[in-house]
Amino acid sequence: MERGTDRVKRGLAEMLKGGVIMDVVNAEHARIAEDAGAVAVMALERVPADIRADGGVARMSDPAMIEEIMEAVSIPVMAKVRIGHFVEAQILQAMDVDYIDESEVLTPADEEHHIDKWAFTTPFVCGARNLGEALRRIGEGAAMIRTKGEAGTGNVVEAVRHMRRVTNEIRALASMSAEQLMSAARDLGAPFDLVQEVAETGKLPVVNFAAGGLATPADAALMMQLGCDGVFVGSGIFKSSDPSTRAKAIVEATTYANDPDQLIKVSRGLGAAMPGQEIADLDVKLAERGW
Amino acid sequence: MGPVGVLALQGDFREHQQSLERAGAASRQVRKPADLDGISALVIPGGESTTIGRLATLYGLIDPLREVIDGGLPTFGTCAGLIFLAVGTVRDGPPQLGCLDVIVERNAFGRQNDSFEAPLEVEGLEAPFLGVFIRAPQVAKVGPHVEVLATYDGRVVMVRQGNILASAFHPELTDDVRIHDMLLSMLKGD
Repeated sequence: MERGTDRVKRGLAEMLKGGVIMDVVNAEHARIAEDAGAVAVMALERVPADIRADGGVARMSDPAMIEEIMEAVSIPVMAKVRIGHFVEAQILQAMDVDYIDESEVLTPADEEHHIDKWAFTTPFVCGARNLGEALRRIGEGAAMIRTKGEAGTGNVVEAVRHMRRVTNEIRALASMSAEQLMSAARDLGAPFDLVQEVAETGKLPVVNFAAGGLATPADAALMMQLGCDGVFVGSGIFKSSDPSTRAKAIVEATTYANDPDQLIKVSRGLGAAMPGQEIADLDVKLAERGW
Repeated sequence: MGPVGVLALQGDFREHQQSLERAGAASRQVRKPADLDGISALVIPGGESTTIGRLATLYGLIDPLREVIDGGLPTFGTCAGLIFLAVGTVRDGPPQLGCLDVIVERNAFGRQNDSFEAPLEVEGLEAPFLGVFIRAPQVAKVGPHVEVLATYDGRVVMVRQGNILASAFHPELTDDVRIHDMLLSMLKGD
């Protein structure tokens, strides 16, 4: 019997596919998310929009708050650690959190190194803006990838940019001859064996979700049609005027992403979406954290 | 013969389609009642049972699914699929079809850190099968017409009741298609 194998770590992400993972800040939110059909929740003290507004250093959440959420729901619970902060990750693993997000939404603890994720039984998800970044994280042991997007903005443009970039770079690799792959690995800054694998299979070796700026059912369906395996919605739900209704609508839009008639139905009368922000007006771009 | 329907509300339905393809069967995604027309067998994948149960209820799939399964359609459920097929859960659970006479316990092996893989002896298979258990349920109580096909550590993890096959583990996460073959042999009437 073996625990913490690649298959088991990547396997949980496979089970989340076609689903919505929602940011929640307390047990009440977590229950609303579960009732709405979330496949998992991300437990954190402040949603990204508030972290952005408050400024200061954002860290791992209080274990008591994460435990309260783990008690409240039967679906998987994820939690965030700062980039490179392996002790925060050790704490979350010891708490039996189901997935650890090494996240640019929190203030990085290390500007040079990400966590050695192979050293953990608990699986990790990491953000990426392009194929090289995704493969570096997978090379460090990440069992799931998500686009970075630009969290807390309610603006999907960066998530779209990151997903399109990864897709285009995979396509380019798949069309290369064997002798081109080493220079591609050099240019991407990615491990050669993973570059070879992607060139051969034409896809990432792990599940890839959309994240960062999704606010509407149509945003979720857009990311699914662009080839994402599922979506994270952070501030977009609990910063809107009617979180429960919006959460349900985003879940349905993710399943019926290719069905415009359903999308009309679920998009109708949702109340106000979270206020959005132009990326160009931001003081801090979270996606630029990590490398 | 019609394609195998794979319930595609959420979860690892594509992995099941790949396993079916390797086993030589065509498949079709099922998201609405009309998608059930003409299928020769049905697979209910792994995923989150609360999400799948909620969407199935919302989109009017519960009764049509019950009808085709009770009508004898060869059916295979894995993990969340096992939970969805069962008549009940140990604690409060998501909506269920109630076609398979077992009571299941969700997350019976613990949280993700307790997820594991282990070789299993499966009734009807000669060599062991690699069981991949992810926040897996177990069958806590078995009805009189249910046959136990595999146990792990004394817990029931695979059952069959007539046309219904269900496992707590995920054959679709391996390259081994022998359990999908068991489903396909049912529809050939072997």
